[in-house]
Amino acid sequence: MYEYLVNILFSVTGNQFLAQASVMILIAALPLFVVILPYALAAVLAERKVSAFMQDRIGPNRTGYRGLFQTLADILKLIQKEDIINSEADKKLFNISPLLVFAGSYAAFAAIPFSGMFIGTNAEVGIFFILAISSLVVAGILMGGWASNNKYSLLGAMRSAAQIISYEIPTALVILSIVMLTGTLSLNTISELQTAYFWNWNIFGGAAEGFKQFILIPFMIAGFIILYISTLAEVNRVPFDIPEAESELVSGFHTEYSGMKFAMFFLAEYANMFAVSAIIATVFFGGYQSPFGYLGNTLNFPLLIPFEQFFWFMIKGLFFVFVQMWLRWTLPRLRVDQLMTVCWKYLIPYAFINLIIIGIISLL
Amino acid sequence: MLTEFGKIFVFIVLSLVFVVISVFAAKLIRPKRPTTEKLKVYECGENAEGTPWIKFNIRFFVIALIFLIFDVEVVLLFPWALVYKSYGIFGFLVGAIFLILLGIGMAYEWKKGDLNWDRPKISPPVIKKENN
Repeated sequence: MYEYLVNILFSVTGNQFLAQASVMILIAALPLFVVILPYALAAVLAERKVSAFMQDRIGPNRTGYRGLFQTLADILKLIQKEDIINSEADKKLFNISPLLVFAGSYAAFAAIPFSGMFIGTNAEVGIFFILAISSLVVAGILMGGWASNNKYSLLGAMRSAAQIISYEIPTALVILSIVMLTGTLSLNTISELQTAYFWNWNIFGGAAEGFKQFILIPFMIAGFIILYISTLAEVNRVPFDIPEAESELVSGFHTEYSGMKFAMFFLAEYANMFAVSAIIATVFFGGYQSPFGYLGNTLNFPLLIPFEQFFWFMIKGLFFVFVQMWLRWTLPRLRVDQLMTVCWKYLIPYAFINLIIIGIISLL
Repeated sequence: MLTEFGKIFVFIVLSLVFVVISVFAAKLIRPKRPTTEKLKVYECGENAEGTPWIKFNIRFFVIALIFLIFDVEVVLLFPWALVYKSYGIFGFLVGAIFLILLGIGMAYEWKKGDLNWDRPKISPPVIKKENN
């Protein structure tokens, strides 16, 4: 898609760099305006509706038909809010923090393939880049918590940083085992390897053939569970929400933020939720691949396939986002010592053993 | 020429521009009426006592140190994971030895109690009293 558009623009303008830059800006803007913003609008409403139905309430139902415009009303409200920076805050760091947090979570979308035709960058490092760039979020969170000069913010930021960096290790170990199996870091290639039918997905043994596939299944499921738990902790969702535990720390590192800056943290949080769900879907559940053939192939209309792939990708990603919301009303919050025990004494040793076993099996 | 990493750079710049524009666009609409009360540090309605910039818990440092070791290890293992199949069983053993060494290190940390969030119990040195 990138080359195609660049060629068109190049023939029009005759300037290679101009053509490339303008096409790239368009491509970089697409995930934001086509995926993240509509998704965040829907997800904030869904979060409230899902929690309402789970607690036998009605949820927001005043704005628009059954409360459909609730999030829009929230955004209008947030735009009008006064931007308060408390008199003792470190103003520079306080303002940089939302930039870092949002940039860190949005940059991850550069390497996620939304369909076979649409991916921001074809850099070979793919998933490794995502692991690296998401550390920017930790820096942003610590910066915001420290600059606020507020006890709740600093406590929340410190807990958050400790939690995110701890759970990055099981995440990286599980992804490492997938890399050993597939032999590539590019998420696009990982998706392409899981083509055709759903029994080719990595969770069912992936591209390995014959008996190897059957031996792999239990270890893949174990890897998926470890990855799901640790990504849940990385995005600070319940049951790992002690950094922003509203009943003890008000709301963690963004207690002092208001107005649009708060909205940016909120948007980054929802973007992160989708990013980790998309990564799980890509790594274990075939990414943009359909579970059973494409309509475009049956109708002999290949132009339809990228749109179908995009549809399947969104379905898979949104399903895991829904599970995150579901878990929020199912599990109680962990204590901080339990949190560290789960990570260091259970997930990491299991992920280690899983890694070695998958390594041996894929060598056979 | 725009390289593949240049594309990532465009993504990052675009997200920064998006945040800056939306914060400044809101500036046109939002009111600005600061008062001393409003600008106080939030502490559930009380006047804030003392500074939050205190020494924080040493356990955070220990976690960060262990994290650092494991993170460097993961960075070293990624290139190995990409190519180990082409070296057969020998290639696997090289990585496995490295992994086992780390496993031993982790077992040592576990034994020492550094993975416990509760402070490890330090037995005070016993001073023998000499009875004269």
